Amino acid sequence: MSTLLATAVGVLYATAIYLILRRSIVKLVIGLVLLSNAANLLIFTSSGLTRYAPPLIPEGADMVLNGVVADPLAQALILTAIVIGFGVLAFAVVLIHRAYEVVKADDMDQMKDTDT
Amino acid sequence: MSVLFAIVLLPLIAALLPRLVQSMGRSTVAIVTALPVLLALLLLLGTAPSVLVDGELLQAAVPWLPQAGLMLAFRLDGLAWLFALLILGIGLLVIVYGHYYLEKSDSGGRFFSLLLLFMAAMLGVVCSDNLLLLVVFWELTSISSFLLIGYWSGQAAARKGARMALTLTGAGGLALLAGVILIGQTVGSYDLGTVLASGDLIRSHALYPLMLVLVLLGVFTKSAQFPFHFWLPHAMSAPTPVSAYLHSATMVKAGVFLLARFYPALAGTDLWFVLVSSIGLVTLLLGAWMALFRHDLKGLLAYSTISHLGLITLLFGLSTRLAAVAAVFHVINHATFKASLFMAAGIIDHETGTRDIRKLGGLRRYLPHTMALATVASMAMAGVPLLNGFLSKEMFFAEAADTPLYGSLNWLVPTLATIAGMLSVAYSLRFVHDVFFGPVPAALVAHAPHEPRRLMRVPVEVLVLLCLAVGVFPAVVVGPLLAAAATATLGGELPEYSLAIWHGLNVPFLMSLLALTGGVAIYVWRAPLFALQRRWPRPHAPAIFEQAVQALVAVAGRFVRFIDNGALQRYVSWLMLPVALIMLAAMASRPDWLGEHALTPVDGLSILATIVAVLAALATVVLRRQRLVALLMISVVGLIVSLAFLRLSAPDLALTQLSVEVVTVLLLMLAMYFLPSRGVIESTWWDRSRDLFLSLSIGVGVGLLALFAMTHPGATISTFFIDNSIPGGGGANVVNVILVDFRGFDTLGEITVLAIAAAGIYALLENLGLCLPIYDPEGRPWAKDRSPLVLQMISRAVLPIALLVAMYILVRGHNMPGGGFIAGLITAVALVLQYVASGVHWVHARVPHNYHPLVAFGVLLAGLTGLASLLLGYPFLTSTFEYIYWPIVGKFELASAMLFDLGVYITVVGATLLILARLGKLSVVEQEEGN
Repeated sequence: MSTLLATAVGVLYATAIYLILRRSIVKLVIGLVLLSNAANLLIFTSSGLTRYAPPLIPEGADMVLNGVVADPLAQALILTAIVIGFGVLAFAVVLIHRAYEVVKADDMDQMKDTDT
Repeated sequence: MSVLFAIVLLPLIAALLPRLVQSMGRSTVAIVTALPVLLALLLLLGTAPSVLVDGELLQAAVPWLPQAGLMLAFRLDGLAWLFALLILGIGLLVIVYGHYYLEKSDSGGRFFSLLLLFMAAMLGVVCSDNLLLLVVFWELTSISSFLLIGYWSGQAAARKGARMALTLTGAGGLALLAGVILIGQTVGSYDLGTVLASGDLIRSHALYPLMLVLVLLGVFTKSAQFPFHFWLPHAMSAPTPVSAYLHSATMVKAGVFLLARFYPALAGTDLWFVLVSSIGLVTLLLGAWMALFRHDLKGLLAYSTISHLGLITLLFGLSTRLAAVAAVFHVINHATFKASLFMAAGIIDHETGTRDIRKLGGLRRYLPHTMALATVASMAMAGVPLLNGFLSKEMFFAEAADTPLYGSLNWLVPTLATIAGMLSVAYSLRFVHDVFFGPVPAALVAHAPHEPRRLMRVPVEVLVLLCLAVGVFPAVVVGPLLAAAATATLGGELPEYSLAIWHGLNVPFLMSLLALTGGVAIYVWRAPLFALQRRWPRPHAPAIFEQAVQALVAVAGRFVRFIDNGALQRYVSWLMLPVALIMLAAMASRPDWLGEHALTPVDGLSILATIVAVLAALATVVLRRQRLVALLMISVVGLIVSLAFLRLSAPDLALTQLSVEVVTVLLLMLAMYFLPSRGVIESTWWDRSRDLFLSLSIGVGVGLLALFAMTHPGATISTFFIDNSIPGGGGANVVNVILVDFRGFDTLGEITVLAIAAAGIYALLENLGLCLPIYDPEGRPWAKDRSPLVLQMISRAVLPIALLVAMYILVRGHNMPGGGFIAGLITAVALVLQYVASGVHWVHARVPHNYHPLVAFGVLLAGLTGLASLLLGYPFLTSTFEYIYWPIVGKFELASAMLFDLGVYITVVGATLLILARLGKLSVVEQEEGN
């Protein structure tokens, strides 16, 4: 399972970076989405893989769970990261539209100057 | 010792005043400037009995950055006292002089503010008891002198001169900083007393040559020593009071002050002797030679200053104890006669409108008083007996005469010293004779210059009187001061010396005599010398400097254009390259990247899911024209990620990811609708392979990193959260308790970011005039049909159920998967579905759609929940909970964190809808206008 996840994370990172390095704005945006997924998955895997043990404390259970549940901290961090990722993506998209309106080009190589 | 702080800080604080009272008239400005200086001077004189007579060392210190060894520490020993006296005393005279010198159109407030700032910086340099503090003030002198030299910023010459001075002295200051840090690291303290006591340790250190050279770079640039001398003549474009102050008593003296200050710590080695004395000798001769041929009065004085600074440097370089005493003595004398000469030059310039010696002459008829003063001061500069310059110059000749250290070249130093003395006599004579005697040029007759205001001459008179008093009664006037300063410089016993006018007929006296007669001879037969000098190549310093600066700028520009061509890809690749290198290097250095932690078993379903995700990700790269398919591929990746979350015990994450996936796809569809495709943008083969290499390296690196992390379980702090979730937070869903309770402050920050992003988007979309595309990328016209009726019907039926589910998830979030984020996203999706199915107008007619107040309200609610705990005396965002029993429902928990979660919920709903509705509405409005 670890090997599979590591492969998936690696492929997601590689494709995300490759797309971000393209000149097309559309590819840049797709790359951003993939990168956000890849980063979340990387953080998630780094806290260890746990099956069938979500961080929910069953009713009446004593607190002695001895670390058999999945790491809740990483999950909490990623949960907000997913939502913020959407916010940032939306901001990037709108910024790109604004830039597009000014430059009238979707080629990143033509978006070099702050002056138009 | 608060007196010490007062002396240094009075001018610093007072530097604000002249600017503030500018509107109250020129006299007020001058008085406001002079009073604090006078006060500081009186305070300084008040310490004279203890410092000069009792030989006490006054110290005062307050920690500033003790971790870095930086203390706000001041000391007042003999040397510091002498320099502080020069700075404050001559400073006061310059203020008086400057008041009469400045034109009505000059901003007196700015001038005097800068002057006080500079004065404070100089006082800081000479009184610092901490090496780092000394460098701080040193830099401040560079900056404030830059502003003073460039005071008439309208003139190109002033700007260029100021820039050159700043470049050189600033660079020297950096070298000094490096040297000082090396010294501090060697000694283990930046405390000046400790450093001065550790001379042997420093001199025997392997890095001593480096320390010495770095410190000397600071000294030589500041004191305009060869080959850094050229900035000083060009700083003459400053107003004359500035020149009188900076180039007689202060700025350039900071360099030689440093030689004196570090004398016990750095001097006494062969390297010191060779470097300091040879640079001093070259500067002494070069300055004197150049001074003779200047036609500009201030230029002549500038080169003379360079020459005299060379003399002082040479004396320090000779490394005998007597030479050091002579150096300190000459510092005093040079400050007095040079300041008065600069002031006299300023008066001449002020009254005749020119400083060109060739256009002046016979001024004794118009300015008899100034002539008398300038003549006495020039004689002091030339070293005529009964004046102060004679005494220190004789001490210099005596030291030069018995320098055994150059071996068989023993005759060299005394000979060259005498030649320099002759040149000095010659240019002093030229300064007096060419200006005040001879025929009056016709232009001047018409001008009919007259003596300046009485008070403008008073500073000159004071200084010239001092030259005379020191020259005639040296032991009485300057004896104790010199003794105290020299003791502090040498850091020990004083050598035997006598301050007398007549020491008998000895070698130094003969050298003085030779210099006087030779100097007169050179002046009389100067015509052939001038002819010879004219044929010499004269490198134009500003042009060379300017060329060097331009070349540097060009190189820097090429470098910047290389790494920063404005394209995003270039930035990303520059960021990613080191990331890839560092990561791969780290992985290569850890061959145990597959840790001992057992690999979890693989099942068929997981393999299938991974293959699908990998293929979908790769498809986004390969697909070029089919944007919609690419979008679907992203969704596939996102869905599989959420499945992975679900399978690996993260139900909250799976729910969040799932709902975000819906809004992301909607967002991207709207985004791409507006971005027309104009064919495929082809990258070059080289770009593609570079990017492929970069992304593959990073992919492999991150993959290995993930494997490393998964197989090396580390210590975790999560046990705390798990153990305290119910007792501390009252919730069984640890993830949610962390979000709303343990790390509630984080969450508050995160929803704030979301709110800011939404507000930013709202603002960016204002007046965005995007052209509405008529065709899609495949060239088909966009359909204008309404949404299918089936979708409308179903979506309307789904809405109440979806809202109910969202409420349920919000409320149960504390104990079961769910919470504000997820519930907010579900609500947003349900509402966005109505937009998709029925159109913006339909929704806006039925639902309140002013979303930005909603976002603000959400953040406010979350923040206020936190503040409530503050009111009750608990830290910010402390939560509390209570169990109550409701009929039918049964046991029910009420936690303040739920209110916080409600704030999160409202923010998420508001922000998501604000973003999507704004973007969506854009298309509708435009469409209607288009029709």
